[in-house]
Amino acid sequence: MSASTGSATGSTGSATGALAVGDVVAERTVQLTRESLVRYAGASGDFNPIHYRDDVAAAVGLPGVLAHGMLTMGLSVETLVPWLGDTGRIVEYGVRFTRPVVVDPETGAEVTIVAKVGAVEEGVARIDLTVSHGGTTVLGKAQVRIRVS
Amino acid sequence: MSLKSGSVNPELVGRDFPPTPPYLVGREKVREFARAVFATDPQHTDPAAAQALGYADVVAPPTFAMVVQDLTLQQLLGEPDSGIELSRVLHAEQRFRYSRPIVAGDELIAQLSVTGIRTLGGNAMVTSDAEITDAAGDHVVTATSVLLVGEGDR
Repeated sequence: MSASTGSATGSTGSATGALAVGDVVAERTVQLTRESLVRYAGASGDFNPIHYRDDVAAAVGLPGVLAHGMLTMGLSVETLVPWLGDTGRIVEYGVRFTRPVVVDPETGAEVTIVAKVGAVEEGVARIDLTVSHGGTTVLGKAQVRIRVS
Repeated sequence: MSLKSGSVNPELVGRDFPPTPPYLVGREKVREFARAVFATDPQHTDPAAAQALGYADVVAPPTFAMVVQDLTLQQLLGEPDSGIELSRVLHAEQRFRYSRPIVAGDELIAQLSVTGIRTLGGNAMVTSDAEITDAAGDHVVTATSVLLVGEGDR
């Protein structure tokens, strides 16, 4: 079973409290393994073999088997949900896939997510996600817009 | 500037596609997907927790919409004249705009539209929307993908 450590830090109390730009509202590190990729393939229906076959990944010139971009996107936003309370408060979520996450067959890959308040406007706050692996960010402009009352 | 855009057919923009067949969101599918994206919140797995938030059944994680959107990307890749070959496609960007979350029991259809094709070096950036609606015809989420399609020499 893949371990996941850390949780919503709750440094600002809850998502309905006052938000200040720069506040870290949630963070965690997720340990991905090859099993995680097979599990996501089955759950999502994305059976592209570059996500579970080393020979295919090598044949198309990749540095190794990669995590699905949508897996990284999906686990990143879920970091926020316990703090958020209700998924229905999310009005928009977008990312750019900038760097691949190579998942080693033995050691896997660690992905770290830090969710920080980026902007607060009337009724809506922008939460910026910094998603990194091996010291580099793997998602660009990963932003979640949430309703605030 | 040549018009060669990674051989992607520019006439895909604005083309009419049929809506996808209805997709019935199952509770166990939502649980399976939630586990796969390391979701820890009980609203995704426990009907009582979802009901406490006002939903009829378990709430799908935000990126679950991709499962339904994928049906539209299959349509796009399946167009005989698309000029898009799966082996040359990279997922460059993804965005979701929500009216409400997807909930188990929803019957969803998705309507594909290709909104833009632009060239970037020898590649084409293909932007497509999947507008996902429920059985009542109400908007649930619009999923937007930007696919980077290579020139075809790899």
